[in-house]
Amino acid sequence: MSRPELQAPPEIYYGDIEAKKYTNNSRIQQIQADMTYRALELLNLPSDQSAFLLDVGCGSGLSGEILDEQGHVWVGVDVAPSMLEVALDREVEGDLFLQDIGQGFGFRPGSFDGAISVSVIQWLLNAETSHPTSSPPHRLTRFFTTLHAALRNPSRAVLQFYPTSDDQIQLITSIAQKAGFGGGVVVDYPNSNKARKVFLCLFVGGGGSTQQIPKGLEAEEDVGQVHARFEASRQRQRKRDKNGKRKSIKDKDWILRKKELYRRRGKEDVPRDSKYTGRKRKTVF
Amino acid sequence: MVRLITHNLLACHAKGCTSNNFPLQFKDVQVELREAEFNPDFLRGFIPRLEWGALVDAARQLGDTSLPAEPPEMLDVEFLQKLHHVLLEVHVEEGAMICPNCNHVYPISNGIPNMLLAEHEIG
Repeated sequence: MSRPELQAPPEIYYGDIEAKKYTNNSRIQQIQADMTYRALELLNLPSDQSAFLLDVGCGSGLSGEILDEQGHVWVGVDVAPSMLEVALDREVEGDLFLQDIGQGFGFRPGSFDGAISVSVIQWLLNAETSHPTSSPPHRLTRFFTTLHAALRNPSRAVLQFYPTSDDQIQLITSIAQKAGFGGGVVVDYPNSNKARKVFLCLFVGGGGSTQQIPKGLEAEEDVGQVHARFEASRQRQRKRDKNGKRKSIKDKDWILRKKELYRRRGKEDVPRDSKYTGRKRKTVF
Repeated sequence: MVRLITHNLLACHAKGCTSNNFPLQFKDVQVELREAEFNPDFLRGFIPRLEWGALVDAARQLGDTSLPAEPPEMLDVEFLQKLHHVLLEVHVEEGAMICPNCNHVYPISNGIPNMLLAEHEIG
């Protein structure tokens, strides 16, 4: 299937059904959470202080929940009413706005300590009508100039997005620079198809060299560390034993884990654990 | 869920509406009070960013007169608690916000203001 942003505009694509699906999917929740933590890390806010943040394309508040958890006060904007409805149901703490980011923000200058956005700005790259204000460069310009105005000096905006080509990255960064932002693109896990994530890390002010573009994460150094993100599948890579044969996935640990899971879910007739659990049968029968 | 903290930062963003577009005026509002966690450090850091006159006016429009017309020199806990209540615990659930300059109406329903513009209003 093609990318969601090519199928319909966001406010239509994320209708009631898709909004619920999106919010309840545990895999999406996990990815969103990982990316929000990473975005917060890139924002580099002073620790132990609650900041006033803007969540661009907040959706159902998946990333907002993490901002709450970290003690920040936030404002979320999204263009899909169904997503906002789900956010209301989930009783998130932030203020929500129904707003098209391509039309620009109306926030007073210097309002926010930072902005994050997870998986949003690729939606600005499609023209919905032939009106001049709906062309991607115009919408991007509007978005970046008003965002730049709404942020404090110095501060940062970290926007994760899914580009389809390098041309798109080029277009977005050049418009962001024209709007007055410094900074650039940070790519995490550049050599992995699945775990690769592109963050646009933008700086407002900061006086020349004080703000450095952070480095993207690399797969090798991070495997096994707490900080490894998007890498769950890699870590699960089948470990081969000495003889080069694949180890059975359904080993004793796996069985015990499954049984524990069933018990927690209240399933009846889960066999009890014993020394025979998951033991290999003798080859002679 | 329009709280006064965000209302105080919000100006009209319609095309050509660049002066006298703040603060947006409330109309036919329904207010709901919801408790929030008190964080004095956050408030102290936020006061310089507030447009005090606009905040007091907005609070009066919503029927809350606890704030003084000028921000006091001394920020004692009692004052911060009042400020906390006005900024973070008063939620506007229904109604509208109107731009004082171009009279654009931003309707609020279910606590979510609709900030979408028509094609000819996009700057």
